[in-house]
Parts: sequence; C-alpha cells; structure tokens
Amino acid sequence: MTAYIAGIYEHPTRFAPNHSVALLHAEVAAGAVRDAGLTMNDVDGYFCAGDAPGIGPLSMVEYLGLRPRHVDSTDIGGSSPIAHVAHAAQAIAAGKCNVALITCAGRPRAERSRAGALTLNTEYPESEFELPYSPMLPANYALCARRHMHEFGTTSEQLAWIKVAASHHAQHNPNAFLRKVVTIEDVLQSPLIADPLHKLDCCVITDGGGAIIVVRPEIARSLARPRVRLKGAGEALGYNLGSDIDLTRSAGVRSGAIAYEAAGVKPADIKYLSTYDSYTFTVLVAVEDLGFCEKGHGGAFVADGKLISGVGRLPVNTDGGGLCNNHPAHRGGMTKVIETVRQLRGEAHPAVQVRECNIAMAHGTGGMLDRRHGCATIILERE
Amino acid sequence: MEPGATWSPENAAYWEAAQRGQLLVKKCTACGRPHYYPRAICPFCASAQTEWMQSLGKGIVYSFTVVRQATQPYVLAYVTLDEGITFLTNLVRCDPGNVRIGQAVQVTFEAGDDGRQIPMFTLVD
Repeated sequence: MTAYIAGIYEHPTRFAPNHSVALLHAEVAAGAVRDAGLTMNDVDGYFCAGDAPGIGPLSMVEYLGLRPRHVDSTDIGGSSPIAHVAHAAQAIAAGKCNVALITCAGRPRAERSRAGALTLNTEYPESEFELPYSPMLPANYALCARRHMHEFGTTSEQLAWIKVAASHHAQHNPNAFLRKVVTIEDVLQSPLIADPLHKLDCCVITDGGGAIIVVRPEIARSLARPRVRLKGAGEALGYNLGSDIDLTRSAGVRSGAIAYEAAGVKPADIKYLSTYDSYTFTVLVAVEDLGFCEKGHGGAFVADGKLISGVGRLPVNTDGGGLCNNHPAHRGGMTKVIETVRQLRGEAHPAVQVRECNIAMAHGTGGMLDRRHGCATIILERE
Repeated sequence: MEPGATWSPENAAYWEAAQRGQLLVKKCTACGRPHYYPRAICPFCASAQTEWMQSLGKGIVYSFTVVRQATQPYVLAYVTLDEGITFLTNLVRCDPGNVRIGQAVQVTFEAGDDGRQIPMFTLVD
C-alpha cells in the first residue's frame, strides 16, 4: 500500500456567515486540487464524513459534479479525515481510484452550534443511560484529566503548557483564530468550564475546513510538488463496557502501535507531531499513548515549552492547533494532516519549521475520550 | 433528560426498578461479568444469558468534574459500584467542593425532566 499526499488546502476563513457548508467543501476541494497541480476532473475517489451535508457522500458528489469510481464516508468523529487518508491509500492500492479527494468543512461559529451536538441524539443505544446526567463535551475530557491527575500527579499548570505552546506557534500564523501569546497564568485564570479544564484548555470554534488529495505513486512522480508518502497508518475505536475502566488511556495506544508497525519506525524517528487538541488533555494523553513518553509522564513531557518548535524534542501543532488556529466543523483531524504535510514539504512558517523534518505523524482522537471515541494515526515521510 | 427521550423496551426492567427506588445491574451468567450500560446480549461474550441483579447501590467515586458552564453547577462523575461496574452519573445533594476521588457514595433517585426516577449518587458521611 503506497500512496502520496499530493495536495492540501486549509480554508483561510474562520467565520463564514455567508457561505453554505457545501460551498466551503467546494472551496477547499478546489484549493487542494490546485495545490496538487490537478483539476477536479482528475478526481475519481471521494471521501467525507458526517460534516458533509447529505446522506454519506451522495449530496456532495452531486454538488461538486464528481464522477467517482470509489467513495467512502466512514465517520469515526473528528479524526475521520486522518482515517480517510489511509482508506484512500487502500482504495488506490486496490485499483479503485487514482486521485482521491478528502474534504472536511463546516460553520459551527456562524450557526452557533455547540461541540458534541451529535451526541445528544436520543435514539442511540446509550442515550437513555447518559443524557439524563447532562454529560456536556468538555466534562467528558475533564473526567479523564481528573483521573490522570489523581493517578499520576499531573497538574493544571502542565496542561496549560500545551495551550501556551500552541499560542507561541499561532502568533506566526496569519490565519489563526487566536494569535495572541498566552501565559500559564492566562490559562489558569480563565473561567473553569468543567474542572480541571478552563476555558483556555478548550479548542476554538471556527468555520472553514480543509481538503487533501491522495494519489498513486506514478501520479505523484508526475507532479511538481514535494512528495509526501503514507508510510503507515492505524485506526482504533475506544469504549468502555463498565468494567476494568481506565480513563487515563485512549484508543491511540492501539492506533499508534498499528501505525508504527506498518511504517517500521519508532517514536524516536518522528520529527514532528500534529495531534488532536480538542482540549489540552487530549494532547497529553496522546503523547503518552503514542509512546513519546511513558504512561503518566505526559505532564513533564509537555511542560516548560517543550512542545514549542525549536525548544523540545517533539514540536507539536506548529500551526497553532485547534487550541489557537482552527477546529473547523468541530473536527480537528483535517488540519492535523495539513500541517504535517506542510512540515514535511518545508512549507511551514519559517519560525516554526522543523529542521530536517523527514518523518512526521498526524494523530486524531474524535468522539468522547471517556466513552466511545475514534483514533486514527498516520505516519508520513518526505521522499 | 433531552426532550423526546424514549424508554427503550430492551431495558424497561431497569427503569421500572428505578421508579421503585432500586438500582439494577446487568450480569452475564455465561461469562460471569457484569456490564454497563445494560444490554440483553453480553458485550463480552455475546451470550444472551444475561440477568438483572439488584445492586446495593454502594460504591466509590472513580472520577468527577464540576460542570460550571451551566445555570446551576452540577457534578458529573464516574462511580464504581461494589458489584464491579463503573459508570457515568451525577453526584447530588452534596457540596461539589467536598467531592474527592475514592469517596464512598450511595445511590439516590432524582426525578428527571420527564418525571422518571433517575439513579444518581450522594456522598456517604
């Protein structure tokens, strides 16, 4: 299974009151095919998740005028676009398509929609056992953070460092929703949403989106863009069945292990990490579960600015992440892939570009960390 | 409770017991493991030999958070029952500032928005 990411595009908007959601998908699609040096007529595979309006891919294929030979609308939450990169590579390897388009877009800011609205459906089997307790989304992550603090001594200051690092990166991103550098005190003094998580421990709510083009090797070699190859991928779903519960671990333990195995690399080989940052704690649990440090040592790993490019061993989310830059459609997976590709191409902002960045990872944690969630991990290599 | 929430026929016994002030737990007689939320078919071994058993309603706090982004702050928690299952619930009739992981709790029942009795927990002195 070999495929290349040939095109990427992140919509510059963060507030789109005059766009339809479909138009946002169309604009990011156009941006990504342009970036690849292709046209929409070249696209013969289409991948989208629940943020795309319509039943699966049906409405968007028609809206965009695509004639795909292959479609996939797998939805495992906000990490879906990361899973789609791997699904596109599989489809290409199986001969089902040559040029795969992946889109993710939405306008929760314009629509004033709250994160987690999808989970409020009363028809899910778990609903009657959860909705009576008003489990709003940040609280789900707060429950995990609290348990992690209890077991490992993790502190709110350590979580705050994740936001501080994101803000240091975001100051260099002209499109970032929040560009102001913040301090530990700023985070700790921001209002508590669901303790121990403060307002500044939570990601932004933004409109916009992004798109990715995945192509087969022969096509990648014919294009002028730097070649970024999918080296390995893993997916895993997390849930708990009421017994042996452990809120300090995510399904990233398994998605990461599968991806490392497939790529034939170790955590020490990864030069840059884009990882889902719906909340600061989402990053902390990921760096542990992906093996960048031991379980329970995430607090020390992220503290003292060590996630800032040029400071620590592993720069994380150099675009400012979902915490500062962009979290379009309440889904952070797309932007994680895009910044990883920028880093591998050497196209990140010079102030945050990682030197000799030849192998990098994008990792997503969608859904609800304490209960059902979907993790997807991809390892990419610059050729 | 969200408007329009339904009472699933699969778990009618659970809610009927709750109306009487009893907390039921689903356990599989084939593999011996309890699970939550309750299902007719065991999610561990796929056996349909699951049974309701009455819980004593005693447990400890596994984790908790005080949700502040609400008209009235409330406590969301995971409670581990003595019967061995851990699940999401609310802690009520207690000072949120006094809640700690590991504290003993006891089931209590509160009326939800649709009038049904919902199992919740309160701190044991």
